[in-house]
Amino acid sequence: MDISTLFAAVAVAAPHSGAIIHLHGIDWAILVVYLLFVVGIGIITGRGSKTSEDFFLSGRSLPAWITGLAFISANLGALEVMGMSQQGYEYGMMTANYYWIGAIPAIVFMGIAMMPFFYGSKVRSVPEFLKKRYNEGARFINAFTFAVFTPAISGISMYALAVVMQDFLGWHFAQSVWVSALVVLVYTFMGGLTASIYNEVLQFFLIVLGIAPMTIIALIANHGWAHFKKWIATHQLPFLTPDQVAAAAAKPGTAVHQMPATQWMHTFQNTLTQNNPMHITWPGVVLGLGFVLSFSYWCTNFLVVQRALAAKDMNSAQRTPLLAAFPKMIFPFIVILPGLLALPLLPHLFPGNTTVNGHLIPATESFNNVMPLMMAKYYPAGLLGLGLTALMASFMSGMAGNVTAFNTVFTYDLYAVFIKPNAPDKHYLWVGRIMTIVGIVISVGFAYVVRGQSGIMGYTQTIFGVVNAPLIAVFLLGMFATFTTPAGGLWGLLVGTATSVTLWIIRSYPGLPLWHHYNNNTTGAFWGAVWAFCAGAGATIVVSLFTKKKKDEELVGLVYQLTPKPPQDANLPWWKKPIVLGVLALVLTLILNLLFW
Amino acid sequence: MMDLRLPIGIFFVLVGLIMVGYGVVSPHDIPHITEKVNINLYWGIVLLVFGAPMTLFGWKAEAKAKAEMKAKKL
Repeated sequence: MDISTLFAAVAVAAPHSGAIIHLHGIDWAILVVYLLFVVGIGIITGRGSKTSEDFFLSGRSLPAWITGLAFISANLGALEVMGMSQQGYEYGMMTANYYWIGAIPAIVFMGIAMMPFFYGSKVRSVPEFLKKRYNEGARFINAFTFAVFTPAISGISMYALAVVMQDFLGWHFAQSVWVSALVVLVYTFMGGLTASIYNEVLQFFLIVLGIAPMTIIALIANHGWAHFKKWIATHQLPFLTPDQVAAAAAKPGTAVHQMPATQWMHTFQNTLTQNNPMHITWPGVVLGLGFVLSFSYWCTNFLVVQRALAAKDMNSAQRTPLLAAFPKMIFPFIVILPGLLALPLLPHLFPGNTTVNGHLIPATESFNNVMPLMMAKYYPAGLLGLGLTALMASFMSGMAGNVTAFNTVFTYDLYAVFIKPNAPDKHYLWVGRIMTIVGIVISVGFAYVVRGQSGIMGYTQTIFGVVNAPLIAVFLLGMFATFTTPAGGLWGLLVGTATSVTLWIIRSYPGLPLWHHYNNNTTGAFWGAVWAFCAGAGATIVVSLFTKKKKDEELVGLVYQLTPKPPQDANLPWWKKPIVLGVLALVLTLILNLLFW
Repeated sequence: MMDLRLPIGIFFVLVGLIMVGYGVVSPHDIPHITEKVNINLYWGIVLLVFGAPMTLFGWKAEAKAKAEMKAKKL
């Protein structure tokens, strides 16, 4: 799961008997070719998986362009494609903050500053880094929460996709869930991380080439960008608080506040106050999203770090996130822009606009489903097959990413430590394959649980963010300060997480103390993350002052000050130098921010 | 290990050919817009333009790797 999807409201459409989209033979042909290819890649790469390191880390052998594209694709779940286009409609270009503030700076920091320690220390997982830097307790907390939440998030993504397929294509929920789970199972079971990464790269190109035509078609349908801006300049759009959304959904026709649609064209305008579509202020965006949540996700989440650990050498590992930063920064034009451009084309998707000619519009026609609705309206047979296959690919890449990260953390950090240490490598390879099946079965199970109680969905994603938020404090103090101690790291994790969870509970129950209440969930989550970071960092520092630190020799390769700088290869061309790529990515992101300021 | 460009290239060449063929045999314009655009034909060509060089580079790299393996064995 991605930070950008963390707050994305998810499609919770009511089951719908009649299909909105009817597929033709050509659409099926494209879908079948795709399924044959992903399974084929699994079978071919499976032949190379002979040791546990082959299976869990691709034998640390892949070039940077492959791991870089897999880095983006693994967290590009169906929820991102659906959720970001929805937010493009609901909030406009402000949604791009999830990319230009909430992703790129952290990705660049990861590549330049943190990757040398992850890759250089030869750890096999993020929890293992915590064990080496701090202690077994820190590893356990991180591994346990990761192993619990990763399949759950995957199940939520599966549920969301199955609902879309049910509502738009008339497919049975069980069919969508089991067919997609079975395909992912076949290729991850056979080829492990290599199959997952290879397919993630294929899926990356498929998602781009299947969804990018939507931006082009939406521009044609709007008679060009200039014409669209004229529409924006002359219209007002609903300015929705969560309470208003709920009220409008419960009672169609409820009046909501309006604001000029021009506000939808900016990322930061009017963020001194909350008078903007997202109701957020800039310090919350910069500190909460841009620093704590973003760095916690992109720099410490094993789902993304694992792709870089599969790289063939240190330079490739560093370039994995850096190369990923470039496509990531243009993704808003593929996933957010279609939602924004849909405003004049599908004008009735806001809550409160739920009647046309006095008839209730089905729940499927809410902004949650703006992407499939646009596809249904503008994609003819053929392109429709490509678009739907891209949606399915986005879901599968996310699920395979989650499952391969889950089986690695479970095998290396829980099973091999607490259940059966010192077993032969073949045994761990076997456990990894079994856990691939278990991970997928748990995901499917969770898809059914969520189906029964859709309220759980929002909670699980929020809690994942809440649990993740304090991590970066402990990692930064571990990598860039020598005085932090094992007990300091452990208590930093505990206090940070406890603070984060407590603040979330306070925000969830209006009857509790008022000082941490915000008038929308996004702002609350941003500030909750900031306070959790402060508490985690504070606890790490204070406990470290009174407890015993590890010997310096044990920290070589793990802490900046104690690690000899690797010799710089002067012969590297400029486009292979991490610092050059990092600066270039930041400059381009700054330009994008200024263009849409 | 297999050069990844090869399967990706072949996949997009296949899907590109399917779309171009469909665009020629059964021209569909983009629905609900005034301009006439045979999108399957044009986008199929885009997929071919992407897939063909990928296939070529992947195939060349595979052939080179195989030749090197053979030389090593000898």
